[in-house]
Amino acid sequence: MRSLFDLSFSVKIPLWGSLLILVTAGLVGLSLMFRAYDDLRQDVLISADSLGRTLSNTLFPAMLHDDVWRAFEIINAPFHGATPENPVQASALILLDNQEQVYVSTLPETYPTLADFRRFGPHYAELAERLKEVKGETTQSFEIEGSDRIFVAAPIADGEKRLGTLLILYSRTVSIPRFLATAQRAGGIALLILAVLLPINWYWGRRMAVPLVQLSSSMGEIRSGILDTPALETYDYRDELGQLFTAFSQMVEELRENERMKNEMMQSQRLAAVGRLAAGIAHEVNNPLGGMLTAVDTLKQRPDIDPRVMKTVGLLERGLMQIGDTVRVLLVEASAQSRPLTPNDIEDVHTLLQPQARKKLLHLEWLNGLAGETALPATDVRQILINLLLNAIQATHEGGRIDCGISLVERELILSITNDGSPLSDELMTHLFEPFATTKSTGHGLGLWVSYQIARQLGGGITAENLPDAVCFTVRLPMGRQA
Amino acid sequence: MSCHPFRLTVLALFAVLITAVPALAETPAWRVGMTPAFLHDQHVVLDDWRAYLERRLGRKIEFVQRDSYLETMDLIRLGKLDFAWICDYPYVHLGNHVRLLAVPVNQGKPLYRSYLIVSARDPHTQSLVQLRGKVFAYSDPYSNTGYLVPRYQLHQVGEEPERFFSRTFFTWSHRKAIEAVASGVAQGAAVDSFVWDTLAKIKPELTARTRIVSRSPEYGFPPFVAHHSVPEGDFKAMQGALLRMEQDPEGILLLQRLNLDGFTPGDPAVYNVITEMMNALGER
Repeated sequence: MRSLFDLSFSVKIPLWGSLLILVTAGLVGLSLMFRAYDDLRQDVLISADSLGRTLSNTLFPAMLHDDVWRAFEIINAPFHGATPENPVQASALILLDNQEQVYVSTLPETYPTLADFRRFGPHYAELAERLKEVKGETTQSFEIEGSDRIFVAAPIADGEKRLGTLLILYSRTVSIPRFLATAQRAGGIALLILAVLLPINWYWGRRMAVPLVQLSSSMGEIRSGILDTPALETYDYRDELGQLFTAFSQMVEELRENERMKNEMMQSQRLAAVGRLAAGIAHEVNNPLGGMLTAVDTLKQRPDIDPRVMKTVGLLERGLMQIGDTVRVLLVEASAQSRPLTPNDIEDVHTLLQPQARKKLLHLEWLNGLAGETALPATDVRQILINLLLNAIQATHEGGRIDCGISLVERELILSITNDGSPLSDELMTHLFEPFATTKSTGHGLGLWVSYQIARQLGGGITAENLPDAVCFTVRLPMGRQA
Repeated sequence: MSCHPFRLTVLALFAVLITAVPALAETPAWRVGMTPAFLHDQHVVLDDWRAYLERRLGRKIEFVQRDSYLETMDLIRLGKLDFAWICDYPYVHLGNHVRLLAVPVNQGKPLYRSYLIVSARDPHTQSLVQLRGKVFAYSDPYSNTGYLVPRYQLHQVGEEPERFFSRTFFTWSHRKAIEAVASGVAQGAAVDSFVWDTLAKIKPELTARTRIVSRSPEYGFPPFVAHHSVPEGDFKAMQGALLRMEQDPEGILLLQRLNLDGFTPGDPAVYNVITEMMNALGER
């Protein structure tokens, strides 16, 4: 039994619906059949009442004149041309005198004239007792327990003068064929209704269950990773199920956003750690490096130096210089003391980069939205802008296009550099702002890292995203918050 | 009786003359009383017979049907009927009110009997006396075979007819007496042999439900009578029309449908036995 309740809704809803329909059809059918049976009984009683009244009027003079044959002809008249299947057809009529003796009956062999009515059996003895209740000119029906007949008694009386009782016998079994026919018809109609309702119910049930099942399986898939969860098929209605779908989609979206933020956080923490490590090492290397370079310089000033030694010293100096260069790059520091950024600084960068752009036949769309002095160090912003533009020029194919937009939005300087080069791979995206991450054959991959470090030090950030047919780098730098 | 060619020609000529007579509608109709002495509820046969007689007699004829003999007898006494076909017992009863006109011939004789019948499902009863305490159906208090005969028979064996049966009732016709026995309302009845035999031909399923226990001696057949006031000419005309029925094809056909052979002038003395029975029962 329990396994029945464990079934999927896609089976359970149509199944329960069908069960309900069957039960309803059954109950309605039964009540109709009961009603039909009751109607039939009413028909019998009404027919008996009118028959009793009609006959008793004409029987009174016949009995009064002691005309047995006439009485017989009167009670026998309803049987002329009658069909035996007619359920409202009486099975027999018995005319009783006041002594409960048969005066005459339509079945003289069974109920012969002058026979004592009580002798026909226990039902009749009981009935004879109850017949005494029949008063006046009203007909009355009796059902004796254990008897398969309905008895209707009509007094033969004119005013106070009572001559006897007309008893009309109905068989209960005669009505069974008609009742069965009614039942059969009702059954046929019920089957027809079921034939229409059951498929509708099945379709409706499945329609309702399928989204539920889909929702349930989607929920199951969340466990295997929110970002891999496929999107739900839409459910277009605003019922509870629709609300559930909306809520579920929102939940999945929020979970995804969370996951993305978590990933970004981890990346920025990693970048920060890498930055600190690089800066630390650079710092530690830079101090002895200054001493070493001074020592080498002092050594070069000596007049008595052997030319072979001089050559070695030169070699040392160049190596140390190169280390110094590298360390300086790693030792990124926002130049806090720089003057504020003006629109001219931006235009300078434009001018500076135009030859390179022209060399690759690029279309450089320039939009400078800056109106006046901005509370940001000019050197740092220019460095970031140059770095990003140089990257863009390199990433763009010949004859391509670069869009550069500089604008102020809600006290934030937004630099947006878009190129129509190849999209960035997921792998590259993950390590984009780390040092020495590069796809290019030339360059050491420090440009983005430096830009990122500067932006962070200025309290902002850089994001990269793949747009359709383009790659966009966006720098956000909040104003008035110098590192 | 064989048909003479000359006589046939005259008859045919007569028939043509009769149909041509325009006075038919103006003369007052003869009223003929019909009783349950025969199967008087064969309405189509009666209509055809009436039309036949009208053509033969050139008179308008009206059949007056009553279910009890007494009513017909009263009509005769009051002079409201010119002719009547009644049972032999009423004939005797009416005495000088009527004259014997013609007697139908049944199975070659102007005689009939009383049949004592019981239900076909009663194989035991062999005589009237075995019906003691039973329900018995009489046809009419003025019927010979349906009332007088069984009572006379009981009287003959020393029984008192009024108390012999537990219950008796009248059905007002022989046919219904047969139906009463067939349906079981009565356990026995005495009926007109002519009616029973006719029914055995036209409705055998009814008579098959009854069984003849005994047949009485023969009595004069229920006669056609004329009211004593009917003029001699009319008497002869009517008598002639009835007696000649067996001589023309249409009449023969009608006689067949009535289950009769023909008519004979009859002899009033045949009915004297009725008077004897009436006297024996003290009915007069």
